[in-house]
Amino acid sequence: MYRFNYHKPDDMAAAQQMMADAEDGVYLSGGMTLIPTLKARLASPTDVIDLSGLALSGIELADDSLTIGALTLHSEVAAGNEILSLSNLALAIGDAQVRNRGTIGGSIANSDPGADYPAAVVALGATINTTAGAIDADDYFQGLFETALKPGAIVTSVTFPLPGRAAYEKFPNPASRYAVVGVMVAETNGDVRVGVTGAGPCAYRQRNFEQALADNFSVAALDGLEVDYTEFNSDIHASAEYRGHLVGVMARRAVAQII
Amino acid sequence: MTSETGIGASVKRKEDARFITGAGHYTDDINQPGQLYAVFVRSMYPRAEIRSIDVSSALAMEGVMAAYTGADLAADGIGDLPCGWMVKSKDGSDMIQPPHPPVAVSVVNYVGEPYAMVVAETLQAARDGAEAVTADFNEIPAVVDLASAHGADQIHEAVPGNQCYDWELGDREATDAAFASADHVTSLDIVNNRLIPNAMEPRAAVGMYEAATGNYTLYTTSQNPHLARLVLAAFVNVAAESKLRVIAPDVGGGFGSKIFVYAEETAVIWAAGKLARAIKWRADRSESFLADAHGRDHRTRAELALNADGTFVGLRVKTVANMGAYLSLFASSVPTYLYGTLLAGQYRTPAIYVEVQSVFTNTAPVDAYRGAGRPEATYVVERLVETAARELGKDPADIRRLNFIQPEDFPYETPVALTYDTGDYDASLKKAIELIGYDDFAERKASSEANGKKRGIGFSCYIEACGLAPSQVAISLGAGVGLFESAEVRVDVTGSVSVMTGCHSHGQGHETTFAQIVSDKLGIPFENVDVVHGDTGRSDYGLGTYGSRSLVVGGSAIVKATDKVIAKSRKIAAHMLESTEENVDFEEGTFSVTDSNQSITFPEVAFSAYVPGNYPLDELEPGLSEKAFYDPENFTYPAGAHICEVEVDPETGKVEIVNFVAVDDFGEIINPMIVAGQVHGGLAQGIGQALLEHGIYDESGQLVTGSYMDYTMPRADDMPNFVVDTTVTPCTHNPLGAKGCGEAGAIGSTAAVMNALTDALGVVDVPMPATPETVWRAMEGE
Repeated sequence: MYRFNYHKPDDMAAAQQMMADAEDGVYLSGGMTLIPTLKARLASPTDVIDLSGLALSGIELADDSLTIGALTLHSEVAAGNEILSLSNLALAIGDAQVRNRGTIGGSIANSDPGADYPAAVVALGATINTTAGAIDADDYFQGLFETALKPGAIVTSVTFPLPGRAAYEKFPNPASRYAVVGVMVAETNGDVRVGVTGAGPCAYRQRNFEQALADNFSVAALDGLEVDYTEFNSDIHASAEYRGHLVGVMARRAVAQII
Repeated sequence: MTSETGIGASVKRKEDARFITGAGHYTDDINQPGQLYAVFVRSMYPRAEIRSIDVSSALAMEGVMAAYTGADLAADGIGDLPCGWMVKSKDGSDMIQPPHPPVAVSVVNYVGEPYAMVVAETLQAARDGAEAVTADFNEIPAVVDLASAHGADQIHEAVPGNQCYDWELGDREATDAAFASADHVTSLDIVNNRLIPNAMEPRAAVGMYEAATGNYTLYTTSQNPHLARLVLAAFVNVAAESKLRVIAPDVGGGFGSKIFVYAEETAVIWAAGKLARAIKWRADRSESFLADAHGRDHRTRAELALNADGTFVGLRVKTVANMGAYLSLFASSVPTYLYGTLLAGQYRTPAIYVEVQSVFTNTAPVDAYRGAGRPEATYVVERLVETAARELGKDPADIRRLNFIQPEDFPYETPVALTYDTGDYDASLKKAIELIGYDDFAERKASSEANGKKRGIGFSCYIEACGLAPSQVAISLGAGVGLFESAEVRVDVTGSVSVMTGCHSHGQGHETTFAQIVSDKLGIPFENVDVVHGDTGRSDYGLGTYGSRSLVVGGSAIVKATDKVIAKSRKIAAHMLESTEENVDFEEGTFSVTDSNQSITFPEVAFSAYVPGNYPLDELEPGLSEKAFYDPENFTYPAGAHICEVEVDPETGKVEIVNFVAVDDFGEIINPMIVAGQVHGGLAQGIGQALLEHGIYDESGQLVTGSYMDYTMPRADDMPNFVVDTTVTPCTHNPLGAKGCGEAGAIGSTAAVMNALTDALGVVDVPMPATPETVWRAMEGE
């Protein structure tokens, strides 16, 4: 690590003020990405603003939605809630140590291409609540580690509409256990959405799958559908072409879970 | 008779309580007053000429005490890191050993090679200082690809064609003749993938120097502290052997990678002398990936000649082995004497010829890694045998049985320079076949297919040469050191015992196993025996732990020393019992006069040896402490049968091991629980090689798999529930009848997995590691 100023504000306004005052500040949530990055001296922020003192944790059920506080741990989501597929997704993140430190807000703010939560955000049509207003899932993920989160803003919670049915299937990277490809298929109020993570630079909707499933919610409906993998990630674990193939396999398996 | 703690008992490991409660004492736990911290500045280039290095900015930083370059070490007379095994080429010429300065002087030849060291008051200051070192490099295109390295752009001035040696073993003419008249030839092109060892504890060193006496002490993560002392004294010129104490305290795994003497401990102990301050260095995990010696990395063309009935008549093997950028301490021996000599396997193949070209590349040095040469040999032989069986339409078990060396053939002289002392290969195969339920495999396969999965089964009947090594054999083949082992059994006044061994335990459980042997033989409580290892200041000499040698060679030395203690004790007892040696029996810790009720216990004898009132001082020296050196007559030959069943998901290519049976013949076993643990760990590494692990450099020479994000370390959930069992043919030439068990799992399992996978897919070969995409592409016919 390089030296930095450490802050632990106890309210949101103070946190944002500290960020505004910092020359090159960064928010710390669970730290599952930031801390290793700092330790490897791959980042050198002047100020680290630890959000763990803010009251942003907890899961709240409303009539037709579930709102999860940004500091809620993966293990807390995995422990069970009204959206089973979301619990299952959280249980597939990293390992027990990561799930006991990592937070949903941190994951979504970071937008790692292999993170699991973004698939659910997209597929469930969630709303990302921030200190600078609410952002619709479809507008939120913009590119590799890029989101619509405004500079200095903090994710406060994520609101997930309760789906009629939803399932997540993940093909984990054998080394890191991030998603090589993760697909969530969800039907919410008759609207079918397919969220894909891991494959591309950021989470996205597989629209041709959605249309096919809207017409005929079955595994067979996805047979033979093309996945354009030209912009997909490619690394030693999975080429873009293989990722494209896996999008179909994972989507079919997700559908199979809920028919 | 087996007592609860004696030979043959599954005693829980003494050392585990401290390990699992965080009370172990590792090198990084050592702290000294006024200790400084070292950080190495490492090359980002695979290959470059060093035009200049500027350490002035580093030296100007707060807390930085010193910054050294390779030139500083050279100017102080610090020598190159040597290779300890001279291999000769076919034409009789010596292998070429390029200069290997511990800290690079004029060139860097792999990413991660150190070219400067910064020493500071704190680790943070040392890191800041290291970043402030600047250097002017002239980058040169690197030689990375093993297949084309031979004859590519020359890396070392002294090494034409990048070839270290071109070695051969066996009878070329006889082998060619066998192929000419054979009914069938099976050929395979095999790549044995590069692995990165990944011991749980990264390498570390704490160097200390006492100006008043001129004594150096080096704490280091070594599998063989005496050998480290010898190399640092005799070759690197750090200090006289008598002035250097090397201590390897608790060490968290080695797998071969901690046999070698590296740049870092060399520079640390030298700098401790320069500054007369203690200096600590501990590798980051990233440094471990870059700068620990890697393993394997062979390309091989292998051919097996057979008669129509499946009898093997000839084996021809041509291998190119990667040495990396420099020759590490035992690198030259791994693809030659630990590889070519094992190619007979368990079979009576009458004619074998192997040639090995070892070449340099701009990658980290490659050296021994669990199994060291023997996994590569087993992979060649067992992939060939299985492929031949398929080509001839034979059952893979039957073709092996047809060719096994039979129990009555021992001692059996192979065509590749070894003499196997004993074995019963079909006994292990038979047991493994029963345990896995081979007869019902077809039903399981059908059931898998009904579930949309492809199922395959694969065999591997391996042999290894362990118990390194008969010194004169090894020295005649080029070893620069003897390979005997020493022991001292020191009995205290009160009858408790300290056992000093030259072996080193870094996970093997010697503190338990060796205590079982001594307590069993002396008939004293297990708890009263302490095993001391890893300190040149406490044990006389030793060659360390590798090559499954500790029990076989070190344990035999302990038996020899214990027998000397018993012999002397018997004399003392005879005197005390007013009898004669011949009439004194020793059983379960008690000396008694034959056919009488007169007896005396071992602790009473020990007391008398140190308080010699009633003692034959005219005939015997007082005291009860005996030393022994044991040099083995031959290697030992553990062997066994591994059978693996896999299920492949045809949609994703993911391979799951659904059944794995290992039946091994380790000779006599001291602690079955420790043996099972060793087998489990070895299997995980062998399976890891087959399915998961791969050290990859990109075309330019950058290490792609430099962290656990990309290097797939096996995890518990990648492994099946292993079924492990043993058969026993006792080793004929050591007092324990033991053969060694540390490497077997990693040696036998890889071929079994790949034979099962190729069976499931119906293909000849799949490159390792068989990652999901690799398997998916194999299914697509690519």
